[in-house]
Amino acid sequence: MALFLTISFSSIATGIHTWLAGTMQNEMLVKITEMAIAGISLLLFLVPLCFFLGYMERKVAAFMQIRLGPNRVGPKGSLQIVADTIKLLLKEGLTPTASDKFLFNLAPMIVVVTSMLVMAPIAFAKDFQIWDLSIGVLYVSSVSSIAVIGILMAGWSSYNKYSLLGAMRSGAQIVSYELSVGLSLISIVILTGSLRMSDIVMSQENGWWIFKGHIPVLISFVIFVIASTAEINRAPFDLAEAEQELTAGFHTEYSGMKFAMFLLAEYINLFVVSAIGATLFLGGWMPFHIGHWEAFNHIMDFIPSSLWFFGKTFAIIFIIMQFRWTFPRLRVDQLLTLEWKYLLPISMVNVLFVTVMAIMGWHF
Amino acid sequence: MFLKDYFVTIYKSVGSLLKGMKVTGYYFTHPKEIQTQEYPDNRATLQMFDRFKGEVVMPHDENNEHRCTGCQACEIACPNGTIKIITKQELQPDGKKKKAIDTFVYHLELCTMCNMCVTACPSDAIKMAQTFEHSVYDKRQLKKVLNAPGSKLMEGVE
Ligand code: SF4
Ligand code: SF4
Repeated sequence: MALFLTISFSSIATGIHTWLAGTMQNEMLVKITEMAIAGISLLLFLVPLCFFLGYMERKVAAFMQIRLGPNRVGPKGSLQIVADTIKLLLKEGLTPTASDKFLFNLAPMIVVVTSMLVMAPIAFAKDFQIWDLSIGVLYVSSVSSIAVIGILMAGWSSYNKYSLLGAMRSGAQIVSYELSVGLSLISIVILTGSLRMSDIVMSQENGWWIFKGHIPVLISFVIFVIASTAEINRAPFDLAEAEQELTAGFHTEYSGMKFAMFLLAEYINLFVVSAIGATLFLGGWMPFHIGHWEAFNHIMDFIPSSLWFFGKTFAIIFIIMQFRWTFPRLRVDQLLTLEWKYLLPISMVNVLFVTVMAIMGWHF
Repeated sequence: MFLKDYFVTIYKSVGSLLKGMKVTGYYFTHPKEIQTQEYPDNRATLQMFDRFKGEVVMPHDENNEHRCTGCQACEIACPNGTIKIITKQELQPDGKKKKAIDTFVYHLELCTMCNMCVTACPSDAIKMAQTFEHSVYDKRQLKKVLNAPGSKLMEGVE
């Protein structure tokens, strides 16, 4: 099974490549077609994924609040999100008269496109990656911060005080939490010695970093989860939306499809952040290996690598969802206190520990 | 000292956050705790609570007699004009005239189920019933007359 799945992923890609190269003479054309295929398959993967995440979120929320959640449309309410999406598609996409129309319409695109761009270096399974670039981690952390421009754009162009407040809060939040995310990513980069995603995954062949790296890596994993929850504007860090104070924050004025795009981006971001966390700290698609226990490692290899990847990713997604339905929202000052007084100093000291550990070779 | 406070704060806050996650995690893994009543499906076994108030009714006994004297205390007590009492003068056997109820009009669509009319009534003539499913297509159907046709005041109620 494992063999079948892993081989099929890469062989499909190679097969398509050879076939295209055979039919088309122009090499440029082949490249462009391949990119288009990758983009379309990404979209085909993302939309059902977002449906599923939306459904999962509502069910998880309901169960944690001792409710049942959606249970009318489809078996166990599983088609509820589809119905909601159809509703959003049919709704009128209103553009306020006083808004800056160009920026207003551009903002949701930027938010969605950035969250999709970050998908590129993620390894979904063994040899299954859209773009294995040599600066994968750097790429992820830099591209994902473009999203804040989209949010600021949305808030500014809406010509609405709530939107503007939400956008400004979001700006302050993302700029500060970016630091902690970066530092916790750096600790893994130090240990691996490479920014390339596939190298990072391969370095965990004899055990995931969270086990190999002792307490410092555990701390940076916790900091990563907290800070990236803040970076994707999810509760308890959803000050940018804060429906009780700001109606809906930066997307107050959005409706219909443009609103749906913000929702889509939110769920893609959730997935991306969890996938990055899973890749860096939990070994990505790498099965659960313990040092040199060849027999045990071999048994673990029978579980397909894509299952390992999605299992780990969804475990992190679940934790982030549980945060949302457990913790109350932070005030703005508490938010900044948490980052500047706690997370940042701790992660700085932590990076020092990790560096010492890497130099001395104390990790396994 | 400062450092000690710093780490104590971290320790305590992590502890309290984990406690919260334990609670939600417990609920997530124990679906039997779910409180939701799946209403239209469980009509037969629906569990009602005493605190539920569905509408104002006027109980009548087997002789079609009620306890309402037409004093209009409920009409005055009602904060949003839900009750209209129309009274009439009734001839007593001894030749005297006495105020009595003609029609007790109750507008369900205006009622907030606040229970103030029931507490205001000096002769316990009305109470809250536990009915629900009140929706109708025509608003006029929500205007109800609570005293049954041909009913009269119970003996001994002043
Ligand atoms: S329950 Fe309240 S609102 Fe309804 S009729 Fe009585 S006093 Fe009026
Ligand atoms: S219901 Fe009670 S308060 Fe209202 S008119 Fe009749 S006796 Fe008076």
